Amino acid sequence: MNELSASSRITYRAVMVRPGVARRIRGLSDRTLAWLFITPTIVLLLAINIFPLLWTIYLSFTNYRANRANVPTIWLGADWYQSILTDPDIWAAMQVTAHFVIWTVVIETVLGFGLAYLIDKKFRGHGMWTTIILLPMMLSPAVVGNFWTFLYQPQIGLFNYVVAFFTGRAASSFQMLGDVTLSPWAIVIVDAWMWTPYVMLICLAGLRSIPDYIYEAAEVDRASKWRQFWSITLPMALPFIMLAVLFRGIENFKMFDMVNLLTGGGPGSTTEVASITLKRAAFESWRTGYSSAFAIILFVTVFGLANIYVKALNKVKSR
Amino acid sequence: MSVNATPSIVRRGLADRVLRRGPLEAAATTIIAAGVVMLMQPFSLTLYSWSLATTLFGTVMFTIVSKVRE
Repeated sequence: MNELSASSRITYRAVMVRPGVARRIRGLSDRTLAWLFITPTIVLLLAINIFPLLWTIYLSFTNYRANRANVPTIWLGADWYQSILTDPDIWAAMQVTAHFVIWTVVIETVLGFGLAYLIDKKFRGHGMWTTIILLPMMLSPAVVGNFWTFLYQPQIGLFNYVVAFFTGRAASSFQMLGDVTLSPWAIVIVDAWMWTPYVMLICLAGLRSIPDYIYEAAEVDRASKWRQFWSITLPMALPFIMLAVLFRGIENFKMFDMVNLLTGGGPGSTTEVASITLKRAAFESWRTGYSSAFAIILFVTVFGLANIYVKALNKVKSR
Repeated sequence: MSVNATPSIVRRGLADRVLRRGPLEAAATTIIAAGVVMLMQPFSLTLYSWSLATTLFGTVMFTIVSKVRE
């Protein structure tokens, strides 16, 4: 009897504790629970994304300098924007960026699609070749920048010796990173080497999404391979190619690390892409307000491109 | 026996045809692309000066029209 009452007491206590917590959770609506779960993420997003963005927008209208934080801040209105958008040096930096973006995207798209087309044929050992082709993409840009600096060395660099072997020119007669004409191409080559596999992967996804029965129907209609490529393969893979172009375009528009490691913007300012100019204004000249305005201009451009990217992505998803 | 002569295709006005998400998004996308081209072209400093305004206009337009009905 005593044992029974003891066990019933324990049960009673357990019952007394549980409803309190359960009732509190059960009392919350699904909507409140959802908000409870996403609140930490929203707070983190506000703290590390939205607040710095709003603060940068504010700074872009002031004369604030990060190295003279005690100096009173003066409101300048759109003066920095006007200054940047009429500055021939910044315009030149934009043209350097355009050269880099256009050529890398063109080369990566052509080579990436070509490689994807070959890999899609599923020849013997295609899995191994895919892995080998994907290797450069898996490396860190810092590592790539460093070892390509060695490859481009005029005395000991392998690149110069390969060019010398095919052209007959002396290996030490040209400098890829030190020459005004060659240095913009040097960074294009490295970026194309590193990111062509990425474009290949996206194009491969596009090619693999084309159903076989379309090709079978084309075979029945006696369409040539050339006709099949232009009328089936290319149109159906086009949204994926667009996606790759936009993605690489956005990434290369804000490219910093690899260019900084390879040339640092030099020689002179021949490889000074927009992000290098921005870094120099922000952390070498300490013109924080000016560089904030420049950053906002770049942000608006990237945001605009991202809108087009999302539209292309939705088009791919709807297929 | 009577035949229903009412046309099944409803004629839409110009505003109905144009003020839809598809064409408006395409217009906004074109404006953004024009703004980006203006920013990076090597021909005219004036075009470069107006690039931010163009891109910003296109981006705001895209954000608004993406909420418009299909």
